[in-house]
Amino acid sequence: MNMKNRMQFGFWMLFLIAFTISCDQKDSTKVVEGNAAEQAYVAPGEYDEYYAFLSGGYSGQITAYGLPSGRLLKEIPVFSQYPENGYGYSEETKPMFNTSYGFVPWDDSHHIELSQTKGEFDGRWLFVNGNNTPRIARIDLSTFETVEILEIPDVAGLHCAPFITENSEYLVSGTRFSIPIPQKDVPIDTYKENFKGLINYVSVDPEHGHMELAFQIEMPGFNYDLARNGKAVSHGWSFLTTYNSEQAHSLLEVNASQKDKDLMAIINWKKAEEYMKQGKFTERQTSYFHNLVDESTGIVESKERTLTKILDPKELPGMVYFIPVPKSPHGCDVDPTGEYIVGNGKLSADMSVYSFSKLMKAIEDENFDGDIDGIPVINYEAGLHGIVKKPGLGPLHTEFDGRGNAYTTFFISSEVVKWDVETKEILDRQPTFYSPGHLMIPGGETRKPDGKYLLAMNKITKDRYLPTGPELAHSAQLFDISGDKMKLILDFPTKGEPHYAQGIKADKVQPNAVKFYDIEANEHPYATLGEGKTKVERDGNEVHVYMTAMRSHLAPDNIEGFQVGDKVYFHVTNLEQDWDVPHGFAIQGATNAELLVMPGQTRTLVWEPKKVGVYAFYCTDFCSALHQEMSGYARVSAKGSDVPLKWGLNEELRNNQQAAHKFYDEAKASADASK
Amino acid sequence: MKNFLQPRIIMLASLICLGLVFFFPLWQITLEAAQFPGGLQLHIWINKVSGSEKNIVQNVNILNHYIGMQAIHPESIPELKYFPIITYFMLGFGVLTIWLNKTWAYLSWFILMAVLGTLGIYDFYLWLYDYGHNLDPMAPIKIEGMSFMPPLFGEKDLLNFYVKSYPHWGGVFLGLSIIISGLAFWRKRRAVPKEKASYLSTN
Repeated sequence: MNMKNRMQFGFWMLFLIAFTISCDQKDSTKVVEGNAAEQAYVAPGEYDEYYAFLSGGYSGQITAYGLPSGRLLKEIPVFSQYPENGYGYSEETKPMFNTSYGFVPWDDSHHIELSQTKGEFDGRWLFVNGNNTPRIARIDLSTFETVEILEIPDVAGLHCAPFITENSEYLVSGTRFSIPIPQKDVPIDTYKENFKGLINYVSVDPEHGHMELAFQIEMPGFNYDLARNGKAVSHGWSFLTTYNSEQAHSLLEVNASQKDKDLMAIINWKKAEEYMKQGKFTERQTSYFHNLVDESTGIVESKERTLTKILDPKELPGMVYFIPVPKSPHGCDVDPTGEYIVGNGKLSADMSVYSFSKLMKAIEDENFDGDIDGIPVINYEAGLHGIVKKPGLGPLHTEFDGRGNAYTTFFISSEVVKWDVETKEILDRQPTFYSPGHLMIPGGETRKPDGKYLLAMNKITKDRYLPTGPELAHSAQLFDISGDKMKLILDFPTKGEPHYAQGIKADKVQPNAVKFYDIEANEHPYATLGEGKTKVERDGNEVHVYMTAMRSHLAPDNIEGFQVGDKVYFHVTNLEQDWDVPHGFAIQGATNAELLVMPGQTRTLVWEPKKVGVYAFYCTDFCSALHQEMSGYARVSAKGSDVPLKWGLNEELRNNQQAAHKFYDEAKASADASK
Repeated sequence: MKNFLQPRIIMLASLICLGLVFFFPLWQITLEAAQFPGGLQLHIWINKVSGSEKNIVQNVNILNHYIGMQAIHPESIPELKYFPIITYFMLGFGVLTIWLNKTWAYLSWFILMAVLGTLGIYDFYLWLYDYGHNLDPMAPIKIEGMSFMPPLFGEKDLLNFYVKSYPHWGGVFLGLSIIISGLAFWRKRRAVPKEKASYLSTN
C-alpha cells in the first residue's frame, strides 16, 4: 500500500467507524418513541403499581424500587454490614453475620425469591442467597428488614439458590463449585475422584417463615448453576442446570466449554421426602449457623448446628435424573403451566425447550442413554419439546407473560427476544444497553404472571449516563410488553450489580407495612420504657447506659464517671410511637458505626473511650425542629479516677440508685428526728 | 303510630341517645398540617381521650411541648371520672321518670340534662382555655402575644396547624337526648287532661 492508498484506506476506515457509531446512537435513541415518558411517569404523591426487589450482587444487599417510575425506595441491608443504620454493628444485629467461618461481614447476593402460595406471590417474605459464604437470608416484607440467615454446609459458592417451590415448601439450592466433602487436604487435580456437589432443600415454616435445612442430595462433582421448581403439573420436581460436566478444575473458560452438551438435573423432591420419612438418609457431622431475630426483643439469636441429613441418589432410585442441555447452560425456567422447561444454553446458538410430560414418559419408558454415577441420563430427544433456532447469542434467562410468550435475555447480542413457547417462533427482539443478565416480569416465574412490564438488568452501561470514573453503574431497563412489540419506556441506574429481581403488585405488600414497633411489646432486656427509668450502671469496666430518645432530647444527656478503658454499652430505646420518627445515636470516638433506632425499638452501640475528655453525642436523624439540640455530653476520666458515676437531664446530676436511696434515707431519718 | 308518640317511649329514645355517649366520642379536634396526611384527630369521650391512632395523646403532647403547652394526661382530668357517674345517674333518673310517668319528672329531667350539658360545654371551654393560655415560660418556641387555644366550635389557624373542632356523634346524641326528652315532656303535658294540668300548675 502506497502512502496515498494508505491515506485513502484510513479515510474510509474513519468514515466507516463514524458511520457505525452514528448508526448505533440512532438505534439507541430510536427505540424510545411516543408516550414512553408518560407511561413511566408516576406523579408526585402517587404510588407505583409494583414493588421491584433487585439483588445487589457484590453489594450483598437488596434494593426496593417502585415500578414503573424506577424510584429507589430503600436499600435493605442483608449480607453486608451497614453503618448507615448500625446493621451488623449494633449488639443486637452482630450475630446475624455468624457463620462456621466466624463473623463474615459481606457476601455476594444474587437471586431473589418471593414467598408463594398456590403458585402465586403472597407478599410475606423475600429470600436471597449469599454466594461466597453459602447462606440464605429471609427478609420480612412487613418491616423490610432481614430477620433470618441460614448457612448451608459443605457447599461452595451458593450461586444456585434459593429457588422456591409453589407453596414455599422448600428453597432449593445447589453448589456452584464442587469440593471435597467433608473438606480435606487433597491435590486439586484429584477433582474427579474427590470432589462432590450437594443439592440442598431448606424447608420454610408456613406460619413464621423460619428456615431449616431439611436434607441434602449428594451429586457428581459438577457446577450447579441455576434452578427452578416445577409448578402446577410439574409441582414436586426441581430442575437444575449444570456446567463443567467436563469436571475441569483450571482455566474453566476453556476446559469447561468443551462438551457440546452439559446436563440438567431433574429431581423428584416428593420422592426425596418419602425417602426421608423412611429414614433412608445418612447423617453427617458438620457445622453451620442459624441466625434468627427474636421478635419480642429484636435481638438476633445465633445457634450452631452440627448435623446434616444426606440422600444418595446412587442408592435411592427414582429421585434424580439428568438430561443433556446445550453447552454451559445458565439456568432453566419453567413456564406458567408447568409443562415447558426452557434451558438457557449460554454458549449455544439454539435454545432447548423440554416438555414435562415427555420427560415423565421417557422416565416411565426408561428411555435412558446410560447413567452418570448411577443417575440415569434421559435421552435428549425423548424429553425435548423443541428447539428455538438461532434466537440470539448467549441466552441467559427466560420469563413468561402468562399469554403463552417467553422473553429471553441475550448477553452477547445484547437484546431481549420475545418468542412463542408453543410454536418456538420468534415474535420480537429489542436491543438493550448493554449486555443484559437476568430479566424480570412481575410474577414471571409464577403460575400467574402479570405481563405488563419487563425489567432487563444490564451489566454494562458505558455511555448511557454521565461518566463517574472507571466504575460505572449497572442499569435496568423497563419495557412495556402489553402490546405485540416490546417498547422501551425507562432506563435507570441500579445499586451494586443486580443479578435477579422479583416484582409484585404493591397492594400485596403495602397493607402489611409496619409503621412502628409497639413499645409495650418491647421485651429487650436493656429496654428503657420511660424517661423515669433511665439509668447508668457499672459492672467492673463494663458500663450500661439505659437511654431513651424522644423529640427532641436524649435522656440522660449529661453523663459523668466513665473511665478510660471502659466498655460502654449505650442501650438506646426510641420512645416514639408514631410513623417515620426514627432517632439516631452517634458518639465521637466510636470505632464501629451509628445507630438508627426505629420507634419502639431498642438498639445498643458499644463505645470504648481511649482518652480523657468530654465527648459529644447526638441524634443523627433529623427528627424535628429541635433536632440540632438533641445532643449530650459524656465525661471520661482517667482509669481509677474517683469521679462518681452520675447522669441526668435538665437537672442536677443524679448519683446512681444507691446514692439516691442513701439521700432519701438520710432525709427521712432527719425528718423523724425532728418529730 | 300513636304508640310511638307516647311520652314513655319518647323518653326511652332519649335515654338510648344518652347511653350512646359511651360508644361514640363527644367532640373531635382535628389538627391538619402538610406532614400529617389525613390530619391528627383527637377524640374527647365522656370517660377518655383517644384519637385517630393508638398513641395520639403522646404524639400530640410531643408536638405541643415545643410551644410549652401542658401535656394532656387523661388520667389526671377529674371530669373523665365523674362525668360518667353523672351520666349513669341521669340514666337512672330517666328510668325512674319512665316508671313514674309524671309531667314534673319529664320536665325536671329535661331541665337538669340541659343545664348539665351546658355546664359540660363550659367546662370543656375552660380546659381548652387553660391548655391554650397556660404556657411554660421555658418553651423552645415562644411567639409574643400568641395563645394556642383551639376553637370550641369552628376552625382556626394555629402556627403550622389548621385546627377544626366540632361535636362528634356522642355530642350529637347528647344534644338529641336533651331535645327528645323535651319532646317527651311536651307530649306528656298535652296528654294530661285539662283539670290535671291545672292541678300540676297549682302544685
